[in-house]
Amino acid sequence: MKRVALYAAALGFIAFAGFPFYWMLLTAFKQNRDLYVGAFDTQHVPWIFNDPPTLEHLRLLFGQTDFLSWVWNTLVVVVAVVVITVAVAVPAGYSLARLSGRWGESLGMGIFFTYLIPPTLLFIPFARLVSLLGLQDSLGALILIYPTMTIPFCTWLVMGFLRSVPWEIEEQAMIDGYSRLAVILKVAPRLIVPGILTVVVFTFTLVMQEFVYALTFISSVDKMTVSLGVPIALVRGDVYHWGALMAAALVTSIPLAIVYNLFIDRFIQGFTMGAVKG
Amino acid sequence: MIARRSWADREDVLGAAMLAPALAYVLLLVGVPFVLAIALSFSNAAAGSLSFGWVGAQNYAAILADPIFLRSLRNTAIVTVGSQVLVVVLATAAAQVFRVAFRGKRFARFVLLLPWAVPVSLAAIAWTWIFDSTFSVVNWTLKTAGLLHGWLYWLGDPGLALVAIIIVQAWRIFPFATVIVLAGLSSIPQEVVEAAIVDGAGFWRRLFRIELPLLLPVVAVAVLFGVVYTATDLGVVYILTGGGPANTTQVLPTLAFQRGIQGSDLGQGAAIAVFLLPFLVVVAVAMLRLARHTEVGAK
Repeated sequence: MKRVALYAAALGFIAFAGFPFYWMLLTAFKQNRDLYVGAFDTQHVPWIFNDPPTLEHLRLLFGQTDFLSWVWNTLVVVVAVVVITVAVAVPAGYSLARLSGRWGESLGMGIFFTYLIPPTLLFIPFARLVSLLGLQDSLGALILIYPTMTIPFCTWLVMGFLRSVPWEIEEQAMIDGYSRLAVILKVAPRLIVPGILTVVVFTFTLVMQEFVYALTFISSVDKMTVSLGVPIALVRGDVYHWGALMAAALVTSIPLAIVYNLFIDRFIQGFTMGAVKG
Repeated sequence: MIARRSWADREDVLGAAMLAPALAYVLLLVGVPFVLAIALSFSNAAAGSLSFGWVGAQNYAAILADPIFLRSLRNTAIVTVGSQVLVVVLATAAAQVFRVAFRGKRFARFVLLLPWAVPVSLAAIAWTWIFDSTFSVVNWTLKTAGLLHGWLYWLGDPGLALVAIIIVQAWRIFPFATVIVLAGLSSIPQEVVEAAIVDGAGFWRRLFRIELPLLLPVVAVAVLFGVVYTATDLGVVYILTGGGPANTTQVLPTLAFQRGIQGSDLGQGAAIAVFLLPFLVVVAVAMLRLARHTEVGAK
C-alpha cells in the first residue's frame, strides 16, 4: 500500500516535470495533418501518433533554417567564456581558499553576492557600454558580459572545492623545498582539476541557457545563439513552425540534461553555501 | 636567524595577484554598471546618443503615475509569491518521495531535472505551444475528461495568463528546490530521526515536528534563489505572453526591456529595473543572516 502511494507520487512528479518534453518529442516527429487538429475535436487524441512519425521537421530545422549557425555561434561563445572564466576564477578561488586568511571568507561571500545581481538590472547600463565599445550585434558583447555571471559563482565553487581538498599535499611540497609560487604552479593544478571541470560545465550550461543579454545585444539572425534564435527567429511573422521549433528545443535540451545529471551534486554544494555539508 | 623571504613565498602578494583579475572584472563589469543603472534612472539618457542630462526624480514620478508600471509591480509580486509557494509545497513533497529507493529512480531523477537543465527560452516556447489558443492539449484533456465545457484562452485572458506564468515558473524551479531539500534531508543526523521513531512518532509527526524545522535553512536557500530567479526573469513572460494581452501581464523585467531597450528610453527603463532591488535586498539580507546562523549553529 505504502509502495503504491510512493510510485503514484513519483509518477505524478515525473509527469509534471517531463510532460513538456514528451510534448516536444511528439510535436517534433508528428506529421502536420496529425499536429494541427484543433483541440476542440475530442475524437482526435493528441497524446499519441495517429499517423506514422516523420523526419520532415528535423529536415526543415537542419536544412532550411539558421539552426546550425546558431549552434556554431553558441559554441564560439562557450569556448571564449570558458577560457576567460577558468583563467580568472580558478586563481581567485585558490587565493580566497588558501592565501587570504580570514578576510578571504568575507571577500568570497561578497563576490558570490554579485551573482545575485540579475541581467535584467544590468542590461540597461550594458546597452550603453556595448554601444560605446562598438560591440552592438556582435558575439564580442556576449563574450565580454557573460563572465560577469560565471566568474562570481565559479570563484565561489573553486573556493568551496579547495576547502574539501586536504592541505597536506601542498604543505609536504613546501617542506620538500618548493617555494609557495612553485606549489601553486606545479602542485595545485593537479589537485584542482575536478574543480576546474565543474567550472567548465557550469559555464557551458549558463551560456547555453542565457537569453536576456543575447536578446538585448544581438539582432542579426545569423549572429544569434541557440537559446535566442529558436524562440525569436524560428517564428516568422505569425507562422509558427511548431514541429521544427520543438525539434530544436529537444535537440538542445538533451546534452544539457545529461551534463546536469552528472554534475548536479557539485552545483548544489555551491548553491547551499555550506548550509548543507555535501 | 630568519631567511629573507622572496616574493615567491609571500602569501599576501601571491594572494592579491591571483585575486586581482576577478576583483577587477567584478568591480568594472558588475559594480560600475550597477551604480550606472541607478544613475541612469535619474537621467534622460536615450539609446543611440551618448549625451544625457540629469532629470532628478522625473522618471520615477512618470512611472509611479503609470498604471501599466503599477500593474507590472503587482504582477511581479504575484508571480514570485505564487510560484514560490507552489515550489515549496512541490519540492518538500517530491523530496520525501525521492529520498526513498525505488525501481527506476535514476530515470525518474533524470526526468525530474529536465526543467532545470533546459534553457528558459526553449521551455517557454514549448509551454507557449502547450497553451496555444487552438491546439492546447490542456484544453483537449480537460474537455475529454468532462471538466471543461467552455474554452480556456490561456494566454489571451489576463487572469489565466498569470496562472500560466506561475505554473511555468514553478515548473522550472521546483526541481532545483527539490534537489536542495534532498541534500538537506541527507544531512539531518540519523540519530535524531531514529530517536523520534523509538519515541513513537509517526510519518507526519516526524515530518512536521522534526524534519521540517531542521530543514528550514535549506528550504530558505531554495526559496531565496527561487525569488531571485522568478522576480528578475524576463524570458518566460517575454515569450509566453509578451506582456500582453494589452500589457496586463507585464512584469518589471519585461516592462524595463520594452521601455528601455525597445523604446530607447534608457532612463525610464533603468528606473523600472531599480524596483527589482527591494526583492534582491531582502534576499541578500536573509542569506547573510542564514549563513551566520548556520555557522553559529555548527560551532
